[in-house]
Amino acid sequence: MARSPGESLPAQGKLPVVLTINGKRAQLGVAPWTTLLDALRDHLDLTGTKKGCDHGQCGACTVLLNGRRINSCLTFAVMQDGAEITTVEGLAANGSLHPVQQAFIDHDAFQCGYCTSGQICSAVGLISEGRAKSAAEIRELMSGNICRCGAYPNIVAAIQQAMGKP
Amino acid sequence: MKPVNFAYEKPRHLDDALRLLGNGSQAKVLAGGQSLGPMLNMRLVQPDLIVDITALDALKHCEKQQDFLVLGACITHADIEDGRVPDVTNGAMAAVACGIAYRAVRNRGTIGGSLTNADPSADWISALAALGADAIVRGKDTRTIPVESYVTGALETSLGENELLEAIRVPAHSKKARWGYYKVCRKTGEYAHAIGAVLLDRARNVFRAVIGATERKPLVLADAKPLFQGSDDLRKFDPTAADAMLASIGMDDPLDRKIHTVALARAVQQASA
Repeated sequence: MARSPGESLPAQGKLPVVLTINGKRAQLGVAPWTTLLDALRDHLDLTGTKKGCDHGQCGACTVLLNGRRINSCLTFAVMQDGAEITTVEGLAANGSLHPVQQAFIDHDAFQCGYCTSGQICSAVGLISEGRAKSAAEIRELMSGNICRCGAYPNIVAAIQQAMGKP
Repeated sequence: MKPVNFAYEKPRHLDDALRLLGNGSQAKVLAGGQSLGPMLNMRLVQPDLIVDITALDALKHCEKQQDFLVLGACITHADIEDGRVPDVTNGAMAAVACGIAYRAVRNRGTIGGSLTNADPSADWISALAALGADAIVRGKDTRTIPVESYVTGALETSLGENELLEAIRVPAHSKKARWGYYKVCRKTGEYAHAIGAVLLDRARNVFRAVIGATERKPLVLADAKPLFQGSDDLRKFDPTAADAMLASIGMDDPLDRKIHTVALARAVQQASA
């Protein structure tokens, strides 16, 4: 049933959520309908994670949840109370880029850059899964991350470099 | 895009979850959220209450029994793909799981959620029907029903308002069981245009076939012999029999029937290899 604008909210207000984001503890009060993506961007000013399609088709919002890649548009922040989230902002360590970030620069693996943070987080997840070996397997397992500029050959080459493959 | 305002509950006990669902509000059950999430974001569903069932231990429980594997409804596709749960199907379920959508979706999406969403083009409603699996439904009582009866139509199940899908029960294959599963997709990760599945397990006297992604509930043959000239010989697959069956359930477009018949033929080919 559609609700008309201005109709009163359900009685429940904001809910407390504790997330560990890029190694730092963050305590938030969020409405239950706030996606993890909106919480990152609007509540925590972590705008590296992008909003693309908002229904899990494009991968621009990919982050790592307890080490596994997920679409942050398809989970609510309240669901992830206590979880560890890594976004593109949290990959570099001690002043050096993450090997995947460096490889994307080395291989010019982007054009407009909108999908890039999602591509990079997804690639970090892919490498830790350890399943992809060949270029074909990388393409298959990166299929949830769309690049409308078509930088795919460079993205695959960058991931191969980060995996230590020639 | 933003979902409508809703209240949120994350019950710790199954009985609490059932009570929340039964209190008359427009409640939606949320598991992995990979189908419900897009529907909420696009406001195709506008619930008053979201009941998050991912904290219910009973729904993450897995148990290998003598002839069955019981998989909790909140087991993810990636759990199955990666072998974090036991397998009784000689790898058939892992092969289905690794073809579902994209890895980021598989990390969150659940077998029970996919089955209960009952999208005709999704994988588990066809694959589990072909495997001869049962749905274990918890309400006031527990009922165990075959997957093909659990799914009653496109996006429809026999789940009552005060019921939850607790687990899936998958019968164990014998060592020599033959399995084939093929889906027609134009690109990796999209919903299927056609699905074919076949299971021949002579040791258990099982020969099942499914044609799925038909815009209605999958066509399930608990006895697949009519598709094989009355035999249980995979080499005798008769595409004209499949075509006639598809016509009889109202698939009028010959091209549609052809694609579905080919999907099944390729599943049969896999099973014979």
